[in-house]
Amino acid sequence: MSGQNTETLAVTGNEAAAEAMRQIDPDVVCAYPITPQTEVVQLYAQMVADGKVSSEFVTVESEHSAMSAVIGAAAGGARTMTATSSQGFALMWELLFVASSYRLPIVMTTVNRALSGPINIHCDHSDSMGGRDSGWIQLYGENHQQAYDNCIQAVRIAEHLEVRLPVMHMYDGYVISGAIGPLVMLSDDQVQDFIGPFTAVNPLLDPKRPVTVGPFDGLHGWYFEHKVAQNRAMDRALKVIQDVADEYGELSGRHYGLFEPYRLDDAEIAIVVVGSTAGTTRLVVDKLRAKGVKAGMIRMRVFRPFPHAAYASALEHVKVVGVLDRADSFGAQGGPLFLEIRAALYDNDPRPQVLPFIYGLGGRDIFPDNIEQAFAVLEKAAQEKGRTSTGRRYLNLRED
Amino acid sequence: MSTTRTSEAGDRTGEGLTEIRWHARGGQGAVTAAKMVAELALGQGKHFQAFPEYGPERSGAPIVAFTRVSDEPIQIYSGVEHPGIVVVLDPSLLSNIDVMKGAPDDAIVLVNSEMAPAEVRRKYGLKGGRLFTVPATRIAAETIRRPIPNTPMVGALTRITGLFPIDKVVEFLRADFGKKFPPKVVEGNIAAIMRAYEEVQGE
Repeated sequence: MSGQNTETLAVTGNEAAAEAMRQIDPDVVCAYPITPQTEVVQLYAQMVADGKVSSEFVTVESEHSAMSAVIGAAAGGARTMTATSSQGFALMWELLFVASSYRLPIVMTTVNRALSGPINIHCDHSDSMGGRDSGWIQLYGENHQQAYDNCIQAVRIAEHLEVRLPVMHMYDGYVISGAIGPLVMLSDDQVQDFIGPFTAVNPLLDPKRPVTVGPFDGLHGWYFEHKVAQNRAMDRALKVIQDVADEYGELSGRHYGLFEPYRLDDAEIAIVVVGSTAGTTRLVVDKLRAKGVKAGMIRMRVFRPFPHAAYASALEHVKVVGVLDRADSFGAQGGPLFLEIRAALYDNDPRPQVLPFIYGLGGRDIFPDNIEQAFAVLEKAAQEKGRTSTGRRYLNLRED
Repeated sequence: MSTTRTSEAGDRTGEGLTEIRWHARGGQGAVTAAKMVAELALGQGKHFQAFPEYGPERSGAPIVAFTRVSDEPIQIYSGVEHPGIVVVLDPSLLSNIDVMKGAPDDAIVLVNSEMAPAEVRRKYGLKGGRLFTVPATRIAAETIRRPIPNTPMVGALTRITGLFPIDKVVEFLRADFGKKFPPKVVEGNIAAIMRAYEEVQGE
């Protein structure tokens, strides 16, 4: 498409997300600073002070209040956004469920960081993965560009009348949030045209049509039916996420799917991975391909709703799949993404082996060698007659 | 699993990739310098990445930052293991940090010091690498009137690596610093870069 901007900027991941917020210019932003998200809120507060946006910026005393305040503003009929990380995300917990059950199209930037303890400010995905059943749509980005692109698309997805669910979009704390990387932006007008005007549904601030939001429903009320309606909205969101991505691709030249396969068509072994580690994995896939190993990969983008049927189809020809989780699910068979992928492939015939890998907790670095080690496990499993143990394998763990 | 790390991506001979590791103390502007080099790379149409290794952010504490510059888009997000270029903004770090860790034998090592490279080697027992020194703190004090060595170090780096033409660096400072600082500060920084470019010495 002609007229696409190609000027590359050098920005931090947080600057990329804050620039997306500036162009969206929501009615209300309520946020509380927490490392490594702080820069997003700081930059946005500066934009408000400089008159670059017209948002009402509400400073609050905690993340519990930040989420409460955006819920109030969204129920009142405003386009709302917030941002958080780690402990802040955890403190929002009970309100996350309130936001999704009220069907409020809130957009939240979540800069992934480990949860205490011991206290750790570095990247892993424990915060947002812990919130996977909170009823929010979850988009995970790989780099600076995706922090920006996902933020803008999140608005359209959340506000779609077939969906009306809150959306959180993630990128890796420090690795992306604090690093300088390339960003190509849309123009302010393009973003405004893309997101369109906000449509409030049953807003509280409409005296001609009074409504109640979130009252006590009772034992004989409609709670169960309400939950089913939420889940049906999640199901519908899959198509909406792809439609929005397609439209965004037309506009920006940057195309997104529900996930991103790489050299997967004839792959015998494949890794499924999330976030910035996808880039490092791609390099390893290229290296293995150069040696004649039929390696491929998928970068997960949409975790909720989880496109299980699309994964079952994309991975049907793969013998062994390794899933790299940057979060663990204590006592479960593997990390959150592993559990989803393994369940998604259960009905495949033949059924691929799916092996769990855990890496990068608390910001532990992951090097190309570590990913090669994971591929070596898959390669060996593909050659063996029997099925390989599905015990967790840890990458770059100090245990010897 | 074992933790061997022999990343080929750290090999600066591979695919036009240059990896720089910055050693400094909090407050010396290493992160700004790492970012400046990334932006200079952008100005040259190259791909870039710059990131600090975050720890406790205290003034005076040792910090490490990285810059990658490449002809190809940069996908790797691991830390730099085998830097082709090592920049040391505070010579006192040489006594307690192995700044040569993982660096290949032909790595360029630039140290902010009043001493000649041979003296620095003798005093700190520095082995390997191609060593260069420049009195960046003094140059900064005399030109910018603040003892922050980051911009003169970029000037010296420009000379010894040939990553960018010096006139592009000056052009960048005028445009970028010009947006944030008064002309006196901008010209002071340009003078600092030019002096460091002239005064850097090798072995």
